[in-house]
Amino acid sequence: MTSLYMRVSESAKLIARTLHATLREIFDEAAYERFLKVHGLANSRGSYALYLRESHAARERRPRCC
Amino acid sequence: MGRKLGCALIWVAVIVVGVFSFATIALRRGEPINAMWLIAAALCTYAVGYRFYSKFIAAKLLALDDLRATAAERMDNGRDFMPTNKWVVFGHHFAAIAGPGPLVGPVLAAQYGYLPGTLWILVGAVLGGCVQDFVTLAFSIRRDGKSLTEMAREEIGKVGGVVAFLAVMVIMVILLGAVALIVVNALKGSPWGAFTIAMTIPIAVLMGIYLRVLRPGKVLEASIGGFVLVLASILGGQVVAHSSYASMFTFTAPVLAFAIIIYGFTASALPVWMLLAPRDYLSTFVKLGTMAILAIGIIGVRPTLHMPALTRFIDGTGPVFAGKIFPFAFITIACGAISGFHSLIASGTTPKLVQRESQIRMIGYGAMMAESFVAIMAVIAACVLDPGVYFAINSPAGVVGALPAAATNTITSWGFPVTAAQMTSLAQAVGEQTLFNRTGGAPAFAVGMANIFAHSLGGQALMGIWYHFAIMFEALFILTVLDAGTRVGRFMLQDGLGHIWKPLGRTSWYPSIFGTSALMVGLWGYFLWMGVRDPLGGINSMWPLFGIANQLLAIVALCVATTIVIKMGRARFAWITVGPLAWLLAVVFSASYQKVFNPSPRIGFLAHADQLLSSPAPAGKAREIAQLAFNDRLDAVITCILATLVIVVVTESVIEWARVLSGRKSTMSTEAPFVRTQYATEEA
Repeated sequence: MTSLYMRVSESAKLIARTLHATLREIFDEAAYERFLKVHGLANSRGSYALYLRESHAARERRPRCC
Repeated sequence: MGRKLGCALIWVAVIVVGVFSFATIALRRGEPINAMWLIAAALCTYAVGYRFYSKFIAAKLLALDDLRATAAERMDNGRDFMPTNKWVVFGHHFAAIAGPGPLVGPVLAAQYGYLPGTLWILVGAVLGGCVQDFVTLAFSIRRDGKSLTEMAREEIGKVGGVVAFLAVMVIMVILLGAVALIVVNALKGSPWGAFTIAMTIPIAVLMGIYLRVLRPGKVLEASIGGFVLVLASILGGQVVAHSSYASMFTFTAPVLAFAIIIYGFTASALPVWMLLAPRDYLSTFVKLGTMAILAIGIIGVRPTLHMPALTRFIDGTGPVFAGKIFPFAFITIACGAISGFHSLIASGTTPKLVQRESQIRMIGYGAMMAESFVAIMAVIAACVLDPGVYFAINSPAGVVGALPAAATNTITSWGFPVTAAQMTSLAQAVGEQTLFNRTGGAPAFAVGMANIFAHSLGGQALMGIWYHFAIMFEALFILTVLDAGTRVGRFMLQDGLGHIWKPLGRTSWYPSIFGTSALMVGLWGYFLWMGVRDPLGGINSMWPLFGIANQLLAIVALCVATTIVIKMGRARFAWITVGPLAWLLAVVFSASYQKVFNPSPRIGFLAHADQLLSSPAPAGKAREIAQLAFNDRLDAVITCILATLVIVVVTESVIEWARVLSGRKSTMSTEAPFVRTQYATEEA
């Protein structure tokens, strides 16, 4: 019973983690984190403004489907 | 052995349930059926299609190899190329491909009954749309994440590349005009809806401030906050609609069209990222949330479908749009069954994120199945309405009459009883002045969705809130498609014009930015204006045009895929892509021919123009009539151009196939060379 509970709990945690990671990717939070890592920056207003400037062109050309 | 037998029995059970569900939805006549039969048929079809057909394609046609490094791994730069968790890429890809199309097309096609749309969505997706997305993604990944246009140029030839470019441009222009018209039709005369959408502007600015100043980069938090504020604005809209301020937010269709045209130009030409980026995030958040809520609502409520399996309008005399099931149901429902536009996404951001080749199946084939399921939900939302109500909302004044009495008499005479009192009471329940002649699909979808939710959460008292929530959600992401599409189109124009005169290609040069933005907005704005002024509601001519353009792009994608398949030496499996290609050719050609040359003025553009010009014009209307006739002829010319592009790309492809198959041309591979993945070593 305990083992079943643990397995269900682990699976639920995994689903929640994956969902959170998916949302972070869709909403560009993961992309911003990668940007900070690549440039060795800490999160700040300046870093985010820089990220927005750098990713501006790519995001502008991203089509949205019908 | 026991496990294998158990597995086999499960699949037999899935197939039996699927067949029984299909039999129920196809053979039951004269009595309403429960929506769960559609859900069961859909889930079983997807399960069988995914388990068997996509696995077959992965193994035999594409020979996906988990030892081969993907473009994301080989070209990992921590920016656009980045191996990413498969579920994350799935969600990202689904969010990019799912737009208003799978909601609007099925609602419009419900005029034939629930059966034609449902069958096309399921069969079209499993055998066509999912295959197109799957193979395009796989081939793009093996070619360093190249775009469809680049692959068309390399595989088919220069002409193929030019056709792909033109197809993308045409589809953008027509798509943007058509979706803008849907927003106009949904918001005209609706102070509640207009107020809610207007409020998304200050909400997005607040989100922008939160993101840039208060909590840099915390998009999810900002989106949740924005969503709560949007919900508050829906409640606020109800107050405004019943106050003395209502007139400030009550707009006619031409005024709304003009406002959207100005919005499109501003969004494309000016650096208003404080507004646009947060709105984009907010729209995605609302879109994903609403689709999930709708799925839960339908499964929880298990509504009954009141629309019959087939209506009398299968004969082509439908009021929503004219034309018989074949070919018009198949171009009306593009997204949800097969949509060429997806090939742009499958050869855009997604191929740069996929970690292992085996994951392409789940992402390419699977995400399209999810979109197809969204389309099935739209069929259900439309078909839970009383047919009389559905036709009263979706029929243009030019067909049923502008006055409620005339419209209800006409619709009742078709065998779908509806009364003016019933429509008035429904309009009051959803907080609108009227629901007559609200063409475009969005209002009917919103009423259907409100109907479903009203049976579960809050009852009839919340009908108005649910209706305006649905309208807000559709309008919000249509406006996002509109501003993103205008910018993408502007860049394409700048890229193209840059070959003629270099400064025009500079994306930071303001004269070029203003000029190309104005050109792009002018092109789709003209179509929007044409739709707004059209006495038949605009959707009758614009949605088929959009469908033809979208399927043209699918034809380009399938031609590219077939060419690669033949060059890979797997011609014996080419039927997998040639099958849907042949079907689309039949659909596009027959739809194009009928839209241009059909003698019925409701179907054929030329016949309609002749009818307009041959009858005496009412006093003072001569110029307007001449303009409408010109628009019809313009639509006919565009349709002919689209058909010509199809002929060109198919001819060019067939010549290439013949060269390769006869051995006159070597099968030079354009695939990136094999590199062994590091993940395999890590696993070992």
